[in-house]
Amino acid sequence: MLTVSIYRYNPETDAEPYMQDVQLDTGGKDLMVLDVLELLKAKDETIAYRRSCREGVCGSDGMNMNGKNGLACITPLSETVKNNKLVLRPLPGLPVVRDLVVDMAIFYKQYEKVKPYLLNDSPAPAIERLQTPEEREKLDGLYECILCACCSTACPSFWWNPDKFIGPSGLLQAYRFLADSRDTATQERLAELDDPFSVFRCRGIMNCVAVCPKGLNPTRAIGHIREMLLHRGT
Amino acid sequence: MVTNVTSFGRSGLSDWVVQRVSAVILALYTLFLVFWFAQHPQVQYEQWSELFKCTSMRIFSLLALFSLIAHAWVGVWTITTDYLTPLSLGKYATAVRFLVQCACTIALFVYLVWGIDILWGN
Ligand code: SF4
Ligand code: SF4
Repeated sequence: MLTVSIYRYNPETDAEPYMQDVQLDTGGKDLMVLDVLELLKAKDETIAYRRSCREGVCGSDGMNMNGKNGLACITPLSETVKNNKLVLRPLPGLPVVRDLVVDMAIFYKQYEKVKPYLLNDSPAPAIERLQTPEEREKLDGLYECILCACCSTACPSFWWNPDKFIGPSGLLQAYRFLADSRDTATQERLAELDDPFSVFRCRGIMNCVAVCPKGLNPTRAIGHIREMLLHRGT
Repeated sequence: MVTNVTSFGRSGLSDWVVQRVSAVILALYTLFLVFWFAQHPQVQYEQWSELFKCTSMRIFSLLALFSLIAHAWVGVWTITTDYLTPLSLGKYATAVRFLVQCACTIALFVYLVWGIDILWGN
């Protein structure tokens, strides 16, 4: 028997959030955490969480499992359960809409700030803007981000200043466009990042690296941005 | 771009550089003093004042003092903007943060002038 402790909060009926303990027979199988949630939802349909692709591509079921952020759909019980107990909480630091569903507005706002699209002021070529294989290689480890928010909501600097610090996810994307040979707005982008909060709130805690379900390294990207700012500023 | 007028250099990059450079200077100064004390196990007033009569030692000390002040300002400013925010203190956050920052700045100024007086006063 697995004891699942779920964070429950329905703002329409509950005065405050509480933890609900449910016993579940997994039949000895090493299920994914999302499967466990589906089984629980079959018993109690009021449990709310986000999900879509169920294979770690859409990034919608980011949550805190036994204290660590991750995607429920690709986290097997064997990886997270200790002493037969699974504690499920919403991603930390964001307002809870209901149960495991959080309001990601501020996270997307930070993403929007870095202008996550190509800016190029030269006339568009007839077919496409070309890159050498080496230039393309620079985007590896950056473009794969699925915006699940596991990293930013594990980052203490983002908890303290979610409105000012862009956070690991947004900064990884900022670097993705700074590193793109087809983007011509590098200087403008850097000018936007040179304040004491946007980038420099990163204190190198590396929680972001520890939790990213895609194995990406936002800390390294932030280091590259810092280097670019240093080159530009000295 | 997030603006802030109370940070040390107004730019994240300059604060970051100041923090690193001042840390290196403070580390060198500390190492020097540790080394000096190891060389003089039974240190007396004469040796200590002899050391500080030397102009290069005074300059090094003043540099370390400036570094300490800058390092502390950046550090305290960071801590106050991390923890004394509306998220933790509600609507009084700005007033509290500003007062704490002012108090720290005044204390740092006093230490600076006091330190210069110790080094170059009579
Ligand atoms: S390395 Fe920077 S961005 Fe990543 S968790 Fe730490 S402070 Fe946050
Ligand atoms: S960097 Fe990783 S953890 Fe962060 S949003 Fe992207 S995929 Fe998720």
